[in-house]
Amino acid sequence: MPRVTFPQVLQRHVSCPPVTVDGATVRAALEAAFVIYPEVRGYLLDDTGALRQHVTVFVDGVVVRDRTRLQTRVAAGAAIDVLQALSGG
Amino acid sequence: MTNKLLIATRKGLFTANVTARGVSLSGPDFPGVPVSMVLADPRDGARYAALDHGHFGTKLHRQDGRRWREVAAPVYPQLPNAAPRKARGKKQKEAGPSLRLIWSLEIDPRAPESLWCGTIPGGLFHSADAGRSWQLVDGLWNVKARKKWNGGGFDMPGIHSICVDPRDPARVTVGVSSGGVWRTTDGGRRWRNVADGMRAAYMPKKLQFDPDVQDPHRLAMCPADPDRIWCQHHNGIFRTQRPGKPWREIRAKAPSRFGFACAAHPRDPKTAWFVPAVKDECRMPVGGKVVVLRTHDGGRTFEVLQRGLPQRHAYDLVYRHGLEVAADGRTLAMGSTSGRVWTSRDGGDRWQELSANLPPVYALRWID
Repeated sequence: MPRVTFPQVLQRHVSCPPVTVDGATVRAALEAAFVIYPEVRGYLLDDTGALRQHVTVFVDGVVVRDRTRLQTRVAAGAAIDVLQALSGG
Repeated sequence: MTNKLLIATRKGLFTANVTARGVSLSGPDFPGVPVSMVLADPRDGARYAALDHGHFGTKLHRQDGRRWREVAAPVYPQLPNAAPRKARGKKQKEAGPSLRLIWSLEIDPRAPESLWCGTIPGGLFHSADAGRSWQLVDGLWNVKARKKWNGGGFDMPGIHSICVDPRDPARVTVGVSSGGVWRTTDGGRRWRNVADGMRAAYMPKKLQFDPDVQDPHRLAMCPADPDRIWCQHHNGIFRTQRPGKPWREIRAKAPSRFGFACAAHPRDPKTAWFVPAVKDECRMPVGGKVVVLRTHDGGRTFEVLQRGLPQRHAYDLVYRHGLEVAADGRTLAMGSTSGRVWTSRDGGDRWQELSANLPPVYALRWID
């Protein structure tokens, strides 16, 4: 089962330690994580359900390009790392 | 008499206790986080703070007693044909709206926990449960003229002023930068633009008097005479006196009639305050002097108030929610982009510096 980790800087606003969840795509895994941490959804996704502009997701170290549908496949033991983008200074 | 002042800044929310003997400052709550708006609800003592987390979006917190708790932020409902927001791609459908900023918060006196919230992009939301849930006010969102609205200060239009008529709280007037002044008389179902008489000299000639393109920077209603609304507009200062009558442009002499903030006296409909600035491309005090304009005669004349305010090399800009008058009509507070806050206990004749070292100030509220 994929393991999802959340941005360190998010922890001060909402507690969300790493979780292991079911899910064959990034979307499915994140939705499963949001069941555990419902308040985290609005911090990572905008009102349309897309990744916020300055949030980025890596699957086993590879950046996810499908930021709107989040249909990138994830393997059973994948590491899904959610980070804040380093944009600006 | 003690007055508490809430100071929403780019780096958190501060609270000042202002007494005749001095000032004590506490905070910040939410250190490091931009607080775009703050509200103190006199009905239950709760406070609300709108946070702009940047990377992580806009959130709303409510303080009931000592503790702040996150409540719901407004969420724009998505139409079935809207695709998720997408940065690239030729065949994409139009992305749906998404909350960018909470720009105004006011109480709705019709029910004990009811609130209004104005947002960027151009939304008005209503909560009937103290912010635990929000509903987009469709009646305003669906007006055809919304397609003509533009951004003012931000890339997208926004609702910065919500004036609730104390005689009839179903009658609400909102200011949109840039989209005019809209009024409902039935609690939000139907809306019409009431910006007739406003003038936008910077627009193409045909559009200068078009109500849908007006850029009111801030509206301030006199609670004792709610037909009297003052407006600091991009193009100058305007006022209304009677419903159905057009806005009248104030042409009294002043260092500048451009600015963002305005405040209306709670009882005297002829008294209001403004903070002038060099227009458009500069947005700083005229001649490096921070001054406040006050009229006591309905806008026929302005007094220029400057005692206690910096009169040399000052580049403070006062944003639209940065000037607040307390319920006594004499106590004022003003906060600037340079992180300075001043108060006055005599209607603006003399000002005292409360702090010169705060983060840029976004909004102020007196708690009486």
